[in-house]
Amino acid sequence: MADLRNLRGLRDLRDLRGLRDLKERRDADSGFAPAGRSRLVDGLRAYRLIAWMWIRSTMAYRASFAMTVFGNFAGSALDFVAILLMFSRVDELGGYSLGQVAFLYGLSSAAFGLTDLALGSVDRLGQRVRDGTLDTLLVRPAPVLAQVAADRFALRRLGRITQGLLVLGYALFVVDISWTPLKVLLMPVMVVSGAAIFAAVFVAGAAFQFVAQDASQVTNSFTYGGTTLLQYPPTVFAKDLVRGVTFVLPLAFVNWLPALYVLGLPYPLDLPEWVAFLPPLVATACCALAGIAWRAGLRSYRSTGS
Amino acid sequence: MDSSQDTDHTDHTDRTDHTDPAPDPHRPDTDPHHPDTDFIRLDGVEKVFDVRKKTGFLRSERRQVRAVDSISFTVSRGEMVGYIGPNGAGKSTTIKMLTGILTPSGGRLRVAGIDPSRERTRLAQRIGVVFGQRTTLWWDLPLIDSYRLMHRMYRIPDTRYAENLDRCVELLQLGDLLDVPVRQLSLGQRMRGDIAAALLHDPEVLYLDEPTIGLDVVSKVRVREFLRDLNADRGTTVLLTTHDLSDIEQLCRRVMVIDHGRLMYDGPLTGLHEIGESERTLVVDLERELPPIDVESARVVKVEGPRQWLAFPAAQSAAPLVARIAAEYPLVDLSVREPDIEAVISRMYAEKATS
Repeated sequence: MADLRNLRGLRDLRDLRGLRDLKERRDADSGFAPAGRSRLVDGLRAYRLIAWMWIRSTMAYRASFAMTVFGNFAGSALDFVAILLMFSRVDELGGYSLGQVAFLYGLSSAAFGLTDLALGSVDRLGQRVRDGTLDTLLVRPAPVLAQVAADRFALRRLGRITQGLLVLGYALFVVDISWTPLKVLLMPVMVVSGAAIFAAVFVAGAAFQFVAQDASQVTNSFTYGGTTLLQYPPTVFAKDLVRGVTFVLPLAFVNWLPALYVLGLPYPLDLPEWVAFLPPLVATACCALAGIAWRAGLRSYRSTGS
Repeated sequence: MDSSQDTDHTDHTDRTDHTDPAPDPHRPDTDPHHPDTDFIRLDGVEKVFDVRKKTGFLRSERRQVRAVDSISFTVSRGEMVGYIGPNGAGKSTTIKMLTGILTPSGGRLRVAGIDPSRERTRLAQRIGVVFGQRTTLWWDLPLIDSYRLMHRMYRIPDTRYAENLDRCVELLQLGDLLDVPVRQLSLGQRMRGDIAAALLHDPEVLYLDEPTIGLDVVSKVRVREFLRDLNADRGTTVLLTTHDLSDIEQLCRRVMVIDHGRLMYDGPLTGLHEIGESERTLVVDLERELPPIDVESARVVKVEGPRQWLAFPAAQSAAPLVARIAAEYPLVDLSVREPDIEAVISRMYAEKATS
């Protein structure tokens, strides 16, 4: 009888230990963080951690880092020199002065530069799928998109943003703009929304690489190609192309439409004036679509493998 | 597929006795306390790939390949299982489904009560994965930095992280390597580093895909010893795939052989020998060249001068055979060679193919 009681005591003890293990496990599951932590917060945290590792990795080669920053800056600076050279021959490009073109150029470069800095590496996804290193990201407790975006995070990309902002500064200095509070507000909104639209293109392109692993050049034609397109006035392009980047792939909302409002120039395609304030909405819609595409891509990877 | 799984959830069976040896496939998986016997559980798991073969410039032919064909098995908590098979047999695909990297095309799969493909990130906290050919360490940074990243990414409590790191550093002899950039580590050192990285968050299951590939003998021994201790001391469930059968011989009591996506054998290593009708080899050195030794229960397979090779069934003891030869022949020296599992397995495949 006594033995039996003893045994039960033992079992109770075991159950207690089990409970404690269970609790610890639960704590581990919830990550020792308050409940309700969203995937977004999770993703940003993982992004920060990985980006920091890459910054430190590049700092392992300081000289090389300094050189690539300079190279990046010089490369994009030459880009603008081409426009300067053009204006040494002509006074106007599609009806736009040098300052006005610089305004478009600076906004496009700044928005694109931000995106390129934040997630320019997602176009390496195809390579990761091919060589199988994506698997190592999938076994970590963090959203894959954040891990892929932070991959090879490179501060050298600050060069492009810097150059874009310098050109924008020059434009603001030489162009005569009749500022209103609304126009001032529109400036940062435009850059952030533009960056978000580019981000959506980057992510959608990456999602496409789950299916076609060597399609990074297709994405590049929309991202790098897109930013180059936006650096020039819409009036120099064919109507159909302008329609395409307005209604199909809404790159026109990155800078063209809002910038023309700020400059007080006529819109292409006879669009109403209020379209200048659509960029935040367009950006939100694009990001939502890109998110869906990403999920579909990841799902197809996980159901077909490589 | 989803609806069939959902019906499983609704089938609540009251289970209070957790030591019941017969696992119930319909047990709701909301219960985190699994009987230890079906810690990992696969029921008719399948994986079908669509393979497109180019037949023309734009034309392609679609073909379905069953990488994993209705595999069922369970692994108890604390078991150490070897998973072997030739290339393309479906080993990696199974591991990828167990880690949530791939979603099964059919069947039901649970690891610690979690559906890996649905709750990948939650599962990630509880499993450790080592890919033998892909390092997860940061190439240009000192080893310790990779561990610090794991510390934060897995949200490991500080004390637990410190404990686990200390233990891994001591047992895997990483002390001198922590401050060395990973790119400067040898392959064996990096593998040890990778194993440590996979264990800092106290995973309950450790998957190793070819953990000893390309390692020298000393590194292999060290890795094996560590895994054995890990399994014995911490009760970590270990599932490893390997080409190196001595890994399995030295580590796993249980082995699973897979080929063409099917489970061909699941049991102890010794049973594999019996199934494969494997033979051991007795090598005898005689005083001089003699005609082939004539004894029952063994046959001479090779003669080279005074040395002769005799094959006899692996299950049979070598002692009577040796005694008989020693009595009848001028014996100088002898040795017994264990059967080669590789040969055993290839014989198994051959048998399956003909039957």
